[in-house]
Amino acid sequence: MIYDVIIIGSGPAGLTAAIYTTRDKLKTLVIAGTKWGGQLQLTTLIENFPGFPKGIQGPDLMFNMRRQAENFGAEIIDTDFISGDFVKSPFKIIAGDKEYVGRSIIIATGTDTQWLGVPGEKEKIGHGVSACAPCDAPFFKNKKVIVVGGGNAAMEEALILTDFVKQVTIVYRKEALTRVSQLMQEKVENNPKIKVFYSSEIIEVLGKNKVEKVKLRDVKTQKISEMPIDGIFVAIRRVPNSERFKGIEKDEQGYIKVHEFVKTNIQGIFVAGDVHNKNYQQAITAAGFGAMAGLEVKRWLGGRL
Amino acid sequence: MADLNFTDNDFKTQVLESSEPVVVDFWAPWCGPCRTVSPVIDELAKEFAGKVKIGKLNVDENSQTASQYNVMSIPSVVFFKNGQPIRTMVGIQSKENYKQEVEQILAQ
Repeated sequence: MIYDVIIIGSGPAGLTAAIYTTRDKLKTLVIAGTKWGGQLQLTTLIENFPGFPKGIQGPDLMFNMRRQAENFGAEIIDTDFISGDFVKSPFKIIAGDKEYVGRSIIIATGTDTQWLGVPGEKEKIGHGVSACAPCDAPFFKNKKVIVVGGGNAAMEEALILTDFVKQVTIVYRKEALTRVSQLMQEKVENNPKIKVFYSSEIIEVLGKNKVEKVKLRDVKTQKISEMPIDGIFVAIRRVPNSERFKGIEKDEQGYIKVHEFVKTNIQGIFVAGDVHNKNYQQAITAAGFGAMAGLEVKRWLGGRL
Repeated sequence: MADLNFTDNDFKTQVLESSEPVVVDFWAPWCGPCRTVSPVIDELAKEFAGKVKIGKLNVDENSQTASQYNVMSIPSVVFFKNGQPIRTMVGIQSKENYKQEVEQILAQ
């Protein structure tokens, strides 16, 4: 069987695209991945997605989007995309241990956490090292934690944590919080539980079976110090999930290059959401790109009939 | 098959003293990703019924057990054999991944 479109990814971009293509009667397969639902699965209350005046829980929003796409006939499989031949339509895709063929493709794989990559970190993921404050904050009641990073995402993690922990230390390499909004900066600076360590970075995570201490380096003086700590929340940057798309043009950071909003360098392969959009990375912008990609697929397939 | 839920009280008898291997899904109601893993665990429990004991532990209600095994991210799925935790899988994993692990433990 040949699908009209195979959508790789199941965050707001992928599922919105699926809603559009299935309503247009295109035979649609969504390769949702084992971690289906994307970043929103790792959030709590989403207050900036229009249509929900009281906000909506991120996972609820994703369950709803999935149901909506399924109602229109989308076939959704929870296996991981492995590889594909991205030369010309029809495209062959391997997901799990099966092959699928699609006349067009929408890449909507989003981004993933960039871990610190320092000694002691990897083996303590789940034992004090985390990338998801909404998931794990309750484990750190009345404890002391670090949030690593200086962007909006790091600030949000820190603020979520303050509901539970005794103290949050933000560890940031730069000298000032220049990457966050004024409002966010004030929220963080006025929160008595948060303090910011500027010009510093973690160089090692210490502890036996869980996080107990970190080794910090002052990036200006190179001075090394140790800090006892119970948890580390990593929010330094996102990495686009694009390395498995051979032959698709990307920028130096790995974000997929777009031509005319949602087209890639290969005809019939479209892209939507955070995997190409490093500037906004919002649920609503991803959904918007998903809608655009869905419409473009329809147009492109229509032109070929 | 009824869901199997472990507690602080019965963890010793149900898990540590179990003659068969045990898989414990540490979860909580407020955890979004846990909702993704939960149905997968239910399916595995059915598939391996009689060979491996597969159940869940609510970390809010059973914090003693969670902290004893240093569970600080959920979902965490911990595999026990002869009373010892021999493997921990943190975060959402594919059904295949869990299954492979269960089969490996059975083969040992």
